[in-house]
Amino acid sequence: MRSIPLLPAIVLLVIFLLGPVISSFYGSFTDASLTGASAQGSSFVGFQNYAELFADPDFPKSVMLTLVFLVASAIIGQNVIGLGLALLMRSSSGIARGLVGTFVVTAWVLPEIVASFAAYAFFNDTGTLNTMLAWAGLEGTNWLYATPMLAVILANIWRGTAFSMLVYSAALQDVPAEITESAEVDGARGWQRLAFITVPMIRRSITTNLMLTTLQTLSVFTLIFVMTGGGPGTDSSTLPVLAYQEAFQFGQLGFGTAIATILLLVGALFSIVYLRALKPEAD
Amino acid sequence: MGMTSPSRRSLRLVSNGVLLLVGLAFALPLVWLVLASLDERATLSIKLPDELSLQNFVEVMTPEKAFIPLMNSLILSAGCAVITVVVAVLAAYPLSRYRMRINKPFLYGVLFGTCLPITAMMVPVYSLFVAFNLIDSMAGTILFLAATSLPMAIYMTKNFMDGVPVTLEEAAWMDGASMMSTLTRIVVPLMRPGLAVVFIFVFIGAWGNFFVPFVLLLSPDKLPAAVSIFAFFGQYGSVAYGQLAAFSLLYSVPVIALYVLVSRVLGGSSALAGAVKG
Repeated sequence: MRSIPLLPAIVLLVIFLLGPVISSFYGSFTDASLTGASAQGSSFVGFQNYAELFADPDFPKSVMLTLVFLVASAIIGQNVIGLGLALLMRSSSGIARGLVGTFVVTAWVLPEIVASFAAYAFFNDTGTLNTMLAWAGLEGTNWLYATPMLAVILANIWRGTAFSMLVYSAALQDVPAEITESAEVDGARGWQRLAFITVPMIRRSITTNLMLTTLQTLSVFTLIFVMTGGGPGTDSSTLPVLAYQEAFQFGQLGFGTAIATILLLVGALFSIVYLRALKPEAD
Repeated sequence: MGMTSPSRRSLRLVSNGVLLLVGLAFALPLVWLVLASLDERATLSIKLPDELSLQNFVEVMTPEKAFIPLMNSLILSAGCAVITVVVAVLAAYPLSRYRMRINKPFLYGVLFGTCLPITAMMVPVYSLFVAFNLIDSMAGTILFLAATSLPMAIYMTKNFMDGVPVTLEEAAWMDGASMMSTLTRIVVPLMRPGLAVVFIFVFIGAWGNFFVPFVLLLSPDKLPAAVSIFAFFGQYGSVAYGQLAAFSLLYSVPVIALYVLVSRVLGGSSALAGAVKG
């Protein structure tokens, strides 16, 4: 049998990826918890977890926060700044390019816990941001409490922009110089060349990158967990953080599992759209 | 650049300026990390140390604070990377060389797996590990990490393997070599650089992972550096930022070195993104 070498991979994937997905679906219909009577045996409760979830004001709020986080930090922040950096690098000198590229990529390569602490220190009440503002004669605020979403959004842009920058740098290299040059000769301004020539030509990379950054950002946990812990209250609890809080801090395993299931469904939906757009040559 | 017009030159000046400003914003948190690690009285804010000192590094370089957690990180990441690469090579071979009916659904499944939000799964994974009595098991954690890195690893390995010409193998098949011996004696040696890239890619991912060991491991003597840094922050955080920064740097250096190595192997810093893009 020629497919035998696939077996170890299939076994690992079924036990450790498919298993949790299935048990997540099942668990979201039970009243399982980590402590107390239902920790021993759990019973089937139908859609009760989902009904309670949608009745709980924290859940719709968390969905909104997740959407804001996705749109602001991934779709707008990382993509626009990543494309901007890639474009700027083409028209800059080698030294500036090397220096800036190193900083941007280092923020991305650092282990997530280290990056999270660096961002925590930066936005802390006594952190670098407020020190810099004081130098400029401005008074900062306690960013992590007063504007937790803004802080984690900026931190996630800082952390993740490198990926978009690298993808777009590679894509821009494939845009033939003659085309933009002839447009320039025809009198097209810089932004016109960008909007009507460059962007349409790297359309495919933009689609791919939007999907990938969205999926990555959907599963950001550590950054928010370390910086704000989801707080104050649940003011920065995106869905992965809320799932963790419900399951491990409030002991509502079924609740947490229901959130996890919804997240998996959303992730699956995105993946299907992405795979359709990509159409891999799987033959 | 002989024919730079004035507008070209001013464009270059502006883009250099903007680029350096953005670069500065990206650099600040990193600069804090380095300065704080060299400052015995470090705070959360960027400031020049009164005197540069390596005392923070001396303080954290003890078995309990740094060496045992780093060792645990090494065991988790190396174990995960070895298992992942072996399993990925095995899986990639039939996918790359034979036309089988299972190829298409399998590759779609694998690609789908690369997209799963793993953090979303940690609650059900925890329940599953409790049910199988695998909580606080290094082996269980390694296997889970391997499974989560497997989809991307299979995809990358298959792409690298597709680049290895089949002619040599055909000669071996003529001589009656089995599939396994063709794979281990001919294909694997030919794709060593590619396998190194996959290994390092998986290793970096596991080394940096915080959430998985945070949820699945409990005993202090099993915790990898990522989790012990988090615990360290809770215990001494408000007093010892310098030590925290020093430990963070010790823990980050291997990953950065490996990343630089991979960029060299593949040529160009966009290599990893390219490899991810497939």
